[in-house]
Amino acid sequence: MTLSQIVIQLLEGLIVSVRIFAITLLFSLPLGLLVAFGRMSKNALINGLTKVYISIMRGTPLMLQLFVVYYGPYYLFNIKLSPTYRNSAVYIGFIINYAAYFAEIYRSGIQSMPIGQYEAAEILGYSKMQTFFRIILPQVIKRILPSVTNEIITLVKDTSLAFSISVMEMFTQAKALSSSQTSMTPLIVAGVFYYIFNFVVAMVMEKAEKKLDYYK
Amino acid sequence: MNLLEMKNVKKNFGNLRVLKDISIEVADGEIVSIIGPSGSGKSTLLRCATLLETLDSGTLKYQDKVVAENDSSGKAVYADKETLKQVKSVYGLVFQQFNLFPHWNVLQNVTDAVINVQKKPRAEAEKIGRDLLEKMGLSDKAGYYPYQLSGGQQQRVAIARALALSPKVLFFDEPTSALDPELTGEVLKVIKSLKDLNIAMVIVTHEMAFARDISDKVIFMADGVVVERGSAEEVFNSDNERMKAFLGRYKSIL
Repeated sequence: MTLSQIVIQLLEGLIVSVRIFAITLLFSLPLGLLVAFGRMSKNALINGLTKVYISIMRGTPLMLQLFVVYYGPYYLFNIKLSPTYRNSAVYIGFIINYAAYFAEIYRSGIQSMPIGQYEAAEILGYSKMQTFFRIILPQVIKRILPSVTNEIITLVKDTSLAFSISVMEMFTQAKALSSSQTSMTPLIVAGVFYYIFNFVVAMVMEKAEKKLDYYK
Repeated sequence: MNLLEMKNVKKNFGNLRVLKDISIEVADGEIVSIIGPSGSGKSTLLRCATLLETLDSGTLKYQDKVVAENDSSGKAVYADKETLKQVKSVYGLVFQQFNLFPHWNVLQNVTDAVINVQKKPRAEAEKIGRDLLEKMGLSDKAGYYPYQLSGGQQQRVAIARALALSPKVLFFDEPTSALDPELTGEVLKVIKSLKDLNIAMVIVTHEMAFARDISDKVIFMADGVVVERGSAEEVFNSDNERMKAFLGRYKSIL
């Protein structure tokens, strides 16, 4: 098998990895905000539930969570799902896991905002929604961007965990090629692809940070 | 009719009795200074008047609208949301720490609430904003961000932001306490220039000469009560011992 054939096959896997990455971000970023609200809620039940949820998501391996999401319906409830559920299971597992991490990042940002910003907004007559979305959130985003970048870079590498439930993303492909060809090359090529992927992510995030640099 | 009326106001923070039975009145266009030592409850009184804090007991009224009054057990009960919303448009507040919105430029800071709270058209809001910035001597700073301004300039933007909503009474909570003497001077000058707007002003301040010059009425507070009140002349020449002790060090420079 030539190098170019390996590259082509891994690129196919990369597309699956990128899809997992994009769908996870698309849903976990807003979901995380919702979870953060729950975590800061004055309602003891909502607050307690989100606390337990975050604690489990952070306290157990993502790989195990993927197993639970994928095999759980069958083992626990005897529900038979089609083989395509494999992909959905990956998305669900990643989204609920990352939402928990993002929630804590949002919370740290929101709680670091000076109370004076809320008071000024209240005096000027802004509603609670307006205060959050016009005044607080834009400033929170600037504050949390470095932590979010960290998390997103981890996500790029974590997509390889989909290997554990045999989703054909890049790492799964590389591992299979490596075994069948008894060669390190596919793994090295995959490593280079992950690195480039993250290099692009870091560049985009740096651009975003620069864009928010217009104020202090 | 008084613009603002606070009667028998009491406020505790835990076991600390901050306001121990305070009554003040502010008429339309009246300029009232509240002076007194730190910790006497001046800022808390303003924060109660502007609904940033709630009264434990007492009456709070703006014009004919009752914001809070005691129930039969003597605890302050607040009016419904709609009334509170209406009342909030009557007053503005200038903070000690300015509290500008750092992600918006000066003009946005001044106009955003006019557009998004009062729902006035953008063009009208910007006209209001630019006129006020001119009055504040900040015409050339409309596009600047707060961090690019001095403390005095930031405070003047904050004053413009409050005035843009055309309040009937503007509260100032130690507006110059975060500023050096030079910047203090420029902010006080601007506040003095607001006299011709004919809006009422309630100013908590440690600037005695300023309070004496600008005020129709001066209120001296200590330990959560009003010790002395009257015209600037009366209060600053009061024979009250507490008042004399407080003013002692200012007298020489007044």
